[in-house]
Amino acid sequence: MAKRVAMTGNEAMAEAMRQINPDVVAAYPITPATEIVQIFSSFVADGLIDTEFVNAESEHSAMSACIGSAAAGARTMTSTSSQGLGLMWEMLYIASGLRLPIVMAEVNRALSAPINIHCDHSDTMGARDAGWIQIFSENAQEAYDNMIQAVRIAERVLLPIMVTTDGFIISHGMETMELLSDDEVKGFIGEYKPQHSILDVEHPITVGAIDFTDYYFEHKRQQIEAMNTAIPHIVEIGKEFAQLSGRGYDLIEGYMLEDAKIAIVALGSTVGTARVVVDELRNKGIKAGLLKIRVFRPFPAKEIADVLQHVKTIAVMDRSDGVNGRGGPVFGEILAALYFLIERPIVVNYIYGLGGRDTDMKQIQDVYKYLKIVAAGGLLNDRPAEYLGVRE
Amino acid sequence: MAELTEIRWHGRGGQGAKTAAILFADAALGEGKYVQAFPEYGPERMGAPVQSYNRLSDKPITIHCGVKCPQFVAVLDPTLMDAIDVTNGLPDDGILLINTQKTPQQVRGEMQITGRKVFTVDASGISKRCLGKEIPNTPMLGALVKISGLINFERMVDDTRKKLEKKFKTKPEMVDSNVLAIKAAYDEVQGEK
Repeated sequence: MAKRVAMTGNEAMAEAMRQINPDVVAAYPITPATEIVQIFSSFVADGLIDTEFVNAESEHSAMSACIGSAAAGARTMTSTSSQGLGLMWEMLYIASGLRLPIVMAEVNRALSAPINIHCDHSDTMGARDAGWIQIFSENAQEAYDNMIQAVRIAERVLLPIMVTTDGFIISHGMETMELLSDDEVKGFIGEYKPQHSILDVEHPITVGAIDFTDYYFEHKRQQIEAMNTAIPHIVEIGKEFAQLSGRGYDLIEGYMLEDAKIAIVALGSTVGTARVVVDELRNKGIKAGLLKIRVFRPFPAKEIADVLQHVKTIAVMDRSDGVNGRGGPVFGEILAALYFLIERPIVVNYIYGLGGRDTDMKQIQDVYKYLKIVAAGGLLNDRPAEYLGVRE
Repeated sequence: MAELTEIRWHGRGGQGAKTAAILFADAALGEGKYVQAFPEYGPERMGAPVQSYNRLSDKPITIHCGVKCPQFVAVLDPTLMDAIDVTNGLPDDGILLINTQKTPQQVRGEMQITGRKVFTVDASGISKRCLGKEIPNTPMLGALVKISGLINFERMVDDTRKKLEKKFKTKPEMVDSNVLAIKAAYDEVQGEK
């Protein structure tokens, strides 16, 4: 019988890390992710787990230590947010290029300037092409479940993976969720048997070698292939997790989408709020639907096109803007995913919730209202995106 | 119980508005309810106005935005009533609980509150009496449990005791005095005659 508790997203992620009991955690604290490693470090200090906990002097060092430990064949985890992820930047690419299965708990937070500690997806979206698998969590339960699955996924496909929650909204919001037992988690993740280790003197390897015009392309091609073929593994591990927990996980999750005429596409905590709005609209006889993207990298383009092709008008919700004159990053991906359809839905982009601006039911109702107008032949605004809940 | 019950706690930084919401949620969880407890993070300074929130339901809660129209508002610091409109979004049949020595009638008159039900309890006085200092959140919890009827009082006391035992590992005397304060507020909270 699963244990029902009330936990914040940070507590849930720290608890998952305790149950995973990784060999090494190297981290540097940053709001709103600080609690994850703070709680985890108490588990270590109290002797509940035997993880080697490395207090790094910066996020750049933390990721460097993770790379070293993962290259040595240790099950390795870290946690960060916002500027911290930014400081890890060059090391993120080295972790993925070296095919190291590092698992990161990332709490989505806006990037400076102006200084802001609250939620948006600018940090993680900026890292979307760093070669990391990215999984977004809607709530504390998913944050916990995704962390446990992440270990299996990373070690199966040999790519690093970041599991994200929305800063404060999920990281500091306490809500009802269920925990697995320590043994269940242990059994699910299994023992890590690294294929290579720099400490294995019987089978010496070189890590981080120079790789010029002769082989760089071939090695990159292999890394790309790992991401290109990761999807069935993520799906399989999600199904296996469902057998254990009763909670199924797929790449995407449709809600009331089968017969929907208008739909919203979103990631993270706002999906839960939008679900309530969809219920209201359905009660009024409006065929509204919702698509949650759980796995953003690798991007499940085919799966998304399959479930959205019949929808008349779609709003893609971006909690970050590319600041590139073309709207948000999720918008661009969805447009590309739908391009190969013979009959394409009309797609609009909404930028919302930057810097933690509350995205309430009224705002989401307004999006569906606009979609209805567009579906009825109304004219589209001539700008890259709509901006939800901003004063202008 | 309504499908979704929402509560807003008003306090000043350091008074324990966040803890009150967490303790309330923990107690509701013990009754099998689905819960949320979350603070509004603004400038985190001692004494600055802060708010925290609860959601309670018999069904899973998916909504993740701020609470705009709570059915219950609990005010931990009466001086906030001059600074902000604590009744904002509170519907006509909503319930307002205030930490004050005044009677509900006095508060209603002074603050010109229309509609709603007003309750008062001297949570600061109880806190000083039981704890020797002014931390009004636990007595406010006791008072809100009584007037809301949302959760069982005895179970709430048990759950809160457990939570406090964890929090005050090095100061066990704080556990009993907090429980005493909760019970006193439960008995002393008054509604409009």
